[in-house]
Amino acid sequence: MNSAKLELTVGIFMLIGILCLGYLSIKLGKMELLGGNYYRVVARFDSVSGLKQGARVEVAGVEVGAVERITLEKESGDRAELILKIKDGVNLTDDVIASVRTSGIIGDKFIKLKPGGSDQMLKEGSKIRETESAIDIEELVSKFIHGNVD
Amino acid sequence: MGHFLLHTLYALVRQPGRPVHVLKQIRFIGAKSLFVIVLTAGFTGMVLGLQGYYTLAKFGSDGLLGAVVSLSLIRELGPVLSALMVTGRAGSAITAEIGIMRISEQIDAMETMALDPFKYLVSPKFIAAMISLPLLCAIFDVVGIYGGWLVGVKLLGVNPGSYFTEMYRSVEWKDVWSGMVKSFSFGIIIAWVGCYKGYYAGHGAEGVSKATTESVVLASVLVLVWDYFLTSILL
Repeated sequence: MNSAKLELTVGIFMLIGILCLGYLSIKLGKMELLGGNYYRVVARFDSVSGLKQGARVEVAGVEVGAVERITLEKESGDRAELILKIKDGVNLTDDVIASVRTSGIIGDKFIKLKPGGSDQMLKEGSKIRETESAIDIEELVSKFIHGNVD
Repeated sequence: MGHFLLHTLYALVRQPGRPVHVLKQIRFIGAKSLFVIVLTAGFTGMVLGLQGYYTLAKFGSDGLLGAVVSLSLIRELGPVLSALMVTGRAGSAITAEIGIMRISEQIDAMETMALDPFKYLVSPKFIAAMISLPLLCAIFDVVGIYGGWLVGVKLLGVNPGSYFTEMYRSVEWKDVWSGMVKSFSFGIIIAWVGCYKGYYAGHGAEGVSKATTESVVLASVLVLVWDYFLTSILL
């Protein structure tokens, strides 16, 4: 067997395979080669029921980042603490309102950001003060049926 | 069988075969399987597109087709089907090759000349299978995704934007990674079973034919069983 031809065949096969692997891991797997150009902000919610890690963060319907981590707040232990990663270059005012919304009726939960009018911008690690929790449809319906029992 | 695997791994670490042997095996296990992998991947993706479309269209969410096709391919079908195809194509050939060397006493001759058959026969096949399987699986995934795209978008009229956007949104790094881990371990299984069955083939042509059959059946079953356990660990 001609060894140059052998090496060529194997080389082409490896090249195609690695190209496909690269497509899968970088484009689909969203592997961040350079650590990504994001800054992180913290937001605390009464309830983020249904929200998943990696859910998108939107401003005016445009995707500007993702939910990086969901934990319980350490001090009180009864609120949810989210870490949102926001693309560099997206400027958010410090009076931005974060709310948990649903796309469609049964769609995925996402975070909607509504910028305010302040001239102070959020920086790495700063905290979003104004938040609105997820709307619990069952709770709403039960309020409607049973009156204000709570 | 466990002893055989340990012996091979020991040989792999201590004295890996010459690169040219590994290259020849990659050409045989990987490059020559390319055509059959592309063919099966294309049709798997197309049938997923077809089935997924009619199921999802009942709920009016045919936009999710891209997510369905890509997730089922990347997590399960890609690694498993490519491993089964390689078992049928290369696993059987490995067993037959080593089995014939065994019954024609070539392996005994090698041992007599102080050539380690693990170094020259077995370990190049192991390395080649471990390299080739993840690459074949990646090719399977990509071709399958475009097969699903062909049927879903071009034939049945799913919005092309939503096909790819839903796909990018729902597939995560973990899915790709677990698929690659799976197909890497399937590579080990195929080479292990293939070499073991050939190495201990019985007497005569009948022994080799029995070993080849057993090797294909055992490797396919092991791939499916191991897939279940690996999925439950990785999930």
